[in-house]
This record gives sequence, structure tokens and C-alpha cells, in this order.
Amino acid sequence: MKYAVRTAKVIAAALGLAAIAAPALAQQGLDEPFQKPFKESLAGKTVAYVPVAMNFDLTEGWYAGMKKELEPYGVKFEIRDPNWNTNAGAQAVTSLISEKPAVMVIHNPDVQTYAKLLQRAENEGIYVIQINMGSAYRSSAFVGANWIEIGEKDTEAVVKACQGKSNKIAIVQGALSAAASAYTLKGVENVLAKHPEIKVVSSQAADWDAAKAKAITQTVLKQNPDLCGIVGFWDGMDIGTAAAVKEAGLTGKVFVATSGGGERKGACELVKSGAFDLNLSYDVPTQAAQMAGTIKWLLSSGAKAGSIKGSEYTTLIPITKENADSQTACWNLSDLKK
Amino acid sequence: MKRLRFNQQEIVFAVFAVLFLAFSIFLRGFLTPENMLTLLQNVAVLGILGLAMALVVIGRGIDISLIAALAVPPGLVLQMVQNGHSLPASLLTAVLLTIAFGLVNGWLIAYAEVPSLFATLATGLLLAGLGQAALFQLDVVQWSDGMQGFERLGQGTILGIPTSIVMFAIACVVVAFLLRQTRWGAYIYAIGDNPYAARVTGIPSRPIIVLQYVVAALIGCFAGLVMAASVNSMPTRVFNSTLIYDVILVVVLGGIGLSGGRGGVLNVIIGTLLIGTMLNGMTIMDISYAGQNLVKGVVLLLAVITDSFLNPRNEETAQQGDI
Repeated sequence: MKYAVRTAKVIAAALGLAAIAAPALAQQGLDEPFQKPFKESLAGKTVAYVPVAMNFDLTEGWYAGMKKELEPYGVKFEIRDPNWNTNAGAQAVTSLISEKPAVMVIHNPDVQTYAKLLQRAENEGIYVIQINMGSAYRSSAFVGANWIEIGEKDTEAVVKACQGKSNKIAIVQGALSAAASAYTLKGVENVLAKHPEIKVVSSQAADWDAAKAKAITQTVLKQNPDLCGIVGFWDGMDIGTAAAVKEAGLTGKVFVATSGGGERKGACELVKSGAFDLNLSYDVPTQAAQMAGTIKWLLSSGAKAGSIKGSEYTTLIPITKENADSQTACWNLSDLKK
Repeated sequence: MKRLRFNQQEIVFAVFAVLFLAFSIFLRGFLTPENMLTLLQNVAVLGILGLAMALVVIGRGIDISLIAALAVPPGLVLQMVQNGHSLPASLLTAVLLTIAFGLVNGWLIAYAEVPSLFATLATGLLLAGLGQAALFQLDVVQWSDGMQGFERLGQGTILGIPTSIVMFAIACVVVAFLLRQTRWGAYIYAIGDNPYAARVTGIPSRPIIVLQYVVAALIGCFAGLVMAASVNSMPTRVFNSTLIYDVILVVVLGGIGLSGGRGGVLNVIIGTLLIGTMLNGMTIMDISYAGQNLVKGVVLLLAVITDSFLNPRNEETAQQGDI
């Protein structure tokens, strides 16, 4: 009898244990039905990347960021580096069309050159993502900065800094043929139209060249020592603008606003040193992540190339003395490459 | 013929004088001491490069690779310091690289007898490519803390004169001394005037030509250091710019004939002043970029035409590939 009771207890205990363990053992994991097609749609696909040139913070940052996101899924990356040569770029795009990568990531040197080619690429079934500098053709996606907004925000800051001062400002443009420069200038004009009291004493193109920007700014400052602000179009060039302001002993008196990719040495450090008063950053790592996200979405959607079109304009990070010290305002290229 | 050649310098100087006078009268804010200093400061680097080019052109050559020598070795200094090397070690490496580069140029032209235009076109591309592919992380090499103090080479003033002007003046004195006071300088003129005659008279023309390109590269590197110091960074992409045409413009405009053997430091100074005056005046007038290029192009064209009229090619010594 005793034995029977003990046996019953053991059985009961065992049953209880089994009852607890049962769901885990008996039922198998639930299959997520979408991840496998997602992986399949990415594996072995080729993404071709045609920047205007490698070797500068923006294009290196985009490349590193996209690669980090996509290579683990078996996506192959190909770079065609035209090294600032528009013709070489057009040839690269043309030859890519016949090689049929799944996606082309294109950084346009101007509005027109690639436009027809990109349309052809999408007709051939290649997704085209245009980055930071768009063309006249609207492709599956645009990821990048809104230059008009950059021009407007930079100019607004300069106009504000000029209140109660001479109201004389200077504009240091990039290269005349570049869309980014022309769009930014439009933004500047938009704001100036609302502020007739502001006088533009100089509006010249420095060709994205720091030495030229410095030379122009020096001359302008000598003619107008009471200048109250400068709108620059790119921080890599405006390092020269800032050097001229510093040499004239006007740091802090002349408000220097510019924009760039937010790389630490080129942006935060220079804001900290007082060279720039405002640097609008289009945060390259975020842009890269958005590009990678768009590629994932397009490839997994199975949509016909060119059948859907959308834009992702970058939310700008204004870098000023307040946040230049923070870890998050800027990024390091070396970290992104890790 | 002699009278005409004398006239060429006069013409250039007269153009400069007229332009300067016109700007002084009609352009408010042009003729002020500050603006004069700015004018000089803006063309100082161009002037230093002009000296290097003059040295080569006088010896009947041309050095298209100057901009590579300007961009790459100084860029290397900034990059090495950024990577944690000491400034003297970086400078030494850059100087050695520059000398090696000059030697390659000189060897190709003097011994392999490749026309200087093609030789330096190729080596310039090579050096710039090497820089981009192997030496620099980014196109624009930024200043780093280890470079502290070195920016004095291109910023600030010495006795009230902007440093870059002083650097240009020093370079002028050095090159003038080399050309006028040393035997080596006399040899360059002889080689430029008539290479065959120079060789026949026993001048060691090949080593002299090599030396010429080494010195030109070193001056180019010096100009690059001044430029980097003045903008606190080295935009190595300057290699892709049209700067080399400005340098040729300075030399030809100053009256140094491309057929060699003529001219000197004074010509470079005149050419630099004329360019400086033009650029400064056009900036004050806020002339558009396209307009400035147009003016520069027309002036260069006029200078080249005048040059070929006043310094005709020597039919006896001219050869294929000469400029």
C-alpha cells in the first residue's frame, strides 16, 4: 500500500513536471514567414555605387555605412569612382546598365548628365537610388539633404546674427555647375527676398576650394570690415573662409554659417574652435542607414523598378557651440569603417 | 629683335600699370595698404609656384607635375602627424619624397629624353594617384594638434607683413641667387638658350636638368606647406584644379619665353602682380566666376600670342615635344 502511494506521488509529480514542460517540448517554433524571402531577395545581389568621387568624408561615410548594413546579407558592393570626372561617371553608369546590378546608388555631379541614363536603367529593371545630389529624373528613391532648406536655415541664422549690425553679408558658393550649390543659393535667395534690409556685398563661387574661399573672403573683409555674416556652402571649403575671418581678427564678430556631413574633424572640432558659428550637418551615418534601409525595402518588395517613387530628405542637425562637445552630434569615419 | 624683346617686358608692365591705375581711380577701397597686402597675400603661393615653373621654363622645359608636388608631400606631412608621427619626422619624409619625385622627373627628361611636357604630365598623375590610393584617408587632410605652431608659416604677420608674402619674398631671393649668382644658374640659361651648344661647350647638361626638376619640386613642396598652413588643411584635390594654368599664366605673362633661356625672378614678380591685381579687382567688383574665367582666358591667350611673336621658336634647336 505504502509503495502504491509513493508510486502515485511520483507519477503525479512527473505529470506535473511534464505539464509545465509540455508546451516548450511538444510545440515547435513559429516560423516568421517573411524573413526567408527577405534574405533570399538580398543574397547574391549586386549594389553598384557611383559617387562623384571617393576619398572624402561624405562618400566614404556612405560607403562604409551601407556596406556594414548590407554585406552580412550577402549583398555584393561595387564602386565606380569617377574621381570628379563627369564623363567618366556617365561612362560608368552606362556600362553598369549592361551589367545589370540589382540596385544603383548614384551621386549626381549635376542635374542633367545622368538623368536620361538613370531612366534607362530603371526601364531595364535596375532600382536607382539617388543620393544627396539628385538629377532631373525622379527615380525609385532619393535619399539626401534638402539643399534649399540648408540655404534657408544658414541664411536665417546669418540674418538673425546681423540684427542691429551692418546688415552686410557675403556668400561663398561652391562650384557653379553643381546642383547642390545652385539649390543652396535658391534657399539663400528665398530668405533674402523676405529681408530687403540685408545687403549682399559679395556672392562668388570658390569652386569647393578652401584656398579660393580664403582669398575671396580676405578681399571682401578688407573692403567691408563691418561685415556681419557669411553664408558658406560647404564646410570643407569654408575652412578657408573661417581662416580669413580669423586672420582679420573678426572671429565671433562675423557669423560664419556653413553645412557639411558632420564628420568630427571637419565639423564639431571647427565649431568648437570658433571657426564656424553654425554648421548644418546632414549626418552621414543616418543617411547611409536610410540608403541601406531603402535598398532592403526595394529588393524585398519585388516592386517593378521605377513603378514607385519616393524621397527621404535628411533631417538636419544644426551644430553650434552648445552641442559641438557632445558625442552624438558628429561622427568619426574610423568608427564607421570598423 | 632685341628691341622687341625689350618691349615685351614693357608691354606687360604697362598693362599692369594701366590696370593698377584704373582700379586705383575707379575702384573704391582698392588702393589701401590693407588691400595691397591682401592682394599680395592671395597670390603668394601662386608666386612661389611661378618661381619653380620659371626655373624649369628658363631651362627649356615645363613642369606640369608641380601641383602634385604642392599637394602630396605637404598632405603627407599633415596625414603623418594626424596618425601620431612627430612633425620633424613627417617633414623629413615629405622632403625625401619630394626629392625622389624630382629625381624621377629629371631622370626621365634628361636621360630617358622624354619631352618634359609628357614626362611631368605622367609623373604628376602618378604622384597624385599614389597620394589618393595609398597615403591619404580623405581628400582634405585636416590640421591636427601635433601641427601646433606650424600654421605660422602661412598665417599671421612678420613685422606687419603677412607671413605668406614674406615666404614669397624669401623664395624670390633664393631663386634669384641661384639663377644669377651661381654657376649652376648660368648653366640653366645656357641650356635653355641652346641645349646642343651647351653640351658641346662642356656643360654637364643632364645633371643640371635633373637638379632643376629636383629644386622645382622642392619649391613646389614649400609652396604647399605655406598653403596648408594658411588654410589649416591640405585640400589634396587641388591637383584636379586649374591651378597649373594659373602658374603658367604667371610665367608667360611675366615675359619668360616658353622657348627658354630668357627671363628671371623679376618676370615672375611682374606676372604675379598682374594676376593678383586682376583677381583682386574682379573680386572687389564681384564679377561672376564665368566672367573671371573669361577674362583670365583672354589674357593668357594674348600673352601666349605675344610670346610667340616676340620669342619665335628657334628653328635650329626646336624639336618635337618642345612647348
